[in-house]
Amino acid sequence: MIRLRHLTKTFETSQGNLEVLKGISLDINEGEIFGIIGLSGAGKSTLIRCINFLEKPTDGEIIFDGMNMGDLSRKELLKVRQSMGMIFQSFNLLAQRTALKNILYPLEIANVPKEEAMDRARELLELVGLSDKANAYPSQLSGGQQQRVAIARALATNPKVLLCDEVTSALDPNTTSSILQLLQNINHTFGVTIVMITHEMKVIEQICTQVAVIDGGNIIETGNVKDVFLRPQSEIAKQLILPKGSEIHNMTGKRCLRLIFDGNSAFEPIISNMALECRAVVNILYANTKCIDNKAFGEMLLQLPDDDISIERILAYLDNREIYYKEEELHV
Amino acid sequence: MFEQGIYELLGEGIVETLYMTIVSTAFAYIFGLPLGVLLCVTDKDGIFPIPIINKVLGFIINLLRSVPFLILLVFILPFTRMIVGTTIGSTATIVPLVVASTPFVARMVESSLKEVDSGVIEAAQSMGSSVFKIIYKVLIPEAKPSLLMGAAIAITTILGYSAMAGFVGGGGLGAIAVNYGYYRYQQDVMTVTVLLLVIVVQIFQEVGTRIARLSDRRAK
Repeated sequence: MIRLRHLTKTFETSQGNLEVLKGISLDINEGEIFGIIGLSGAGKSTLIRCINFLEKPTDGEIIFDGMNMGDLSRKELLKVRQSMGMIFQSFNLLAQRTALKNILYPLEIANVPKEEAMDRARELLELVGLSDKANAYPSQLSGGQQQRVAIARALATNPKVLLCDEVTSALDPNTTSSILQLLQNINHTFGVTIVMITHEMKVIEQICTQVAVIDGGNIIETGNVKDVFLRPQSEIAKQLILPKGSEIHNMTGKRCLRLIFDGNSAFEPIISNMALECRAVVNILYANTKCIDNKAFGEMLLQLPDDDISIERILAYLDNREIYYKEEELHV
Repeated sequence: MFEQGIYELLGEGIVETLYMTIVSTAFAYIFGLPLGVLLCVTDKDGIFPIPIINKVLGFIINLLRSVPFLILLVFILPFTRMIVGTTIGSTATIVPLVVASTPFVARMVESSLKEVDSGVIEAAQSMGSSVFKIIYKVLIPEAKPSLLMGAAIAITTILGYSAMAGFVGGGGLGAIAVNYGYYRYQQDVMTVTVLLLVIVVQIFQEVGTRIARLSDRRAK
């Protein structure tokens, strides 16, 4: 669907030339949700803008749906862009248009007859679950709702590809999840190929099938998400995927937690789930539990990691599960 | 308070002032709006950068704006005569008013359009909008509140200029103030004229601000 070959992009600045992309080659197949992850400044925003030629690459080729983007005339390029939707971190809705009229915009550009455009816009509003907000202006919508309108707008002209530029970075975790869910549904239902750039691991984890790791203007690693996540090869991929220095973890934390199990389900792997969900490692110092009638009774002493944020997450997790605990100081 | 003639005179003055101001503002926008759009669009960060046109146009505009209005008015008298056949009266004043305020309007329009969020423009580009469609479907509608605020400022400024023209044969309230207040020392006529000018300016500004605020969908 999208083929990038030796793509380079150099910006001329007052401090000399800045080489942002240094020869990127990628293949994105039809129907994939392709994630491109990198730290800020890695060149991912420039990369995604090169795909629809919002940024003209300095060198290299972009083949979209069999067409070489660089060979298109201006008119042809505008036409091709109608088959590539794009959504943004800051939503970028027209502030003086209602939600419905924002969705009508690309249809006006594509010269779709009014009646037909209206039907299509209403259908899309329904798809993103905002039928009741047709006449609301962007300023009256929450971030998540604005992004939904932006998604509907991007889909209006039935694009083959949806380019997503950090689309969840301005949203809270719950909204992020629901937006990702929506994108996944759209991918499954309409077979739209999605290219997603992000710096957030959880975005890739939640919906992507393929991932490329970008750093310093180069693709460092690419493959399907499972392979790259299980066996990250490069330093940068390890840094992005694994929590800091978790390969060999020397526990230095002084804080301990005594968990009391008084009849929770013995089938729920609480400690493993906690480690996974909180992305924090704990050290089991002592445990004495019994399983009675499929319920767990007893207690467990955990050494906590040496960072307050992880600890907070762990405590929130335990509160959520209604597991009783006491905090203790470690005496070694 | 005044002799009968004065009231009629003041009434005529208001009508003439409104006539000059409104017609001049209309022409200033007919020429200034496209120029402002051109300035914004051809800027090096604009949606269709043509640095040469931008620089030349910017230079001409700055040149015109650096000549004080009264001097410009006198300077272009031959041009005024060529266009309207006379250099005296309200209609004749419209010519220098338009020449003086068009560059000013162009700059106001340019700055309003530049306030439009670049992300929104980028989104429009990503949907395959042509430059022309971005101008009339994105830039101008999105900048509407700011453009209207600008128009309120423009119309009050032009009204001020029109009063100035009273010194060199223009019409309207300015001419009354000059002829009665300045040349004949009729302080009372002067005061009334000034009051009327203040009221007209207030009305224009207030109405403009209200319309601008009503048209703004951003903050609710």
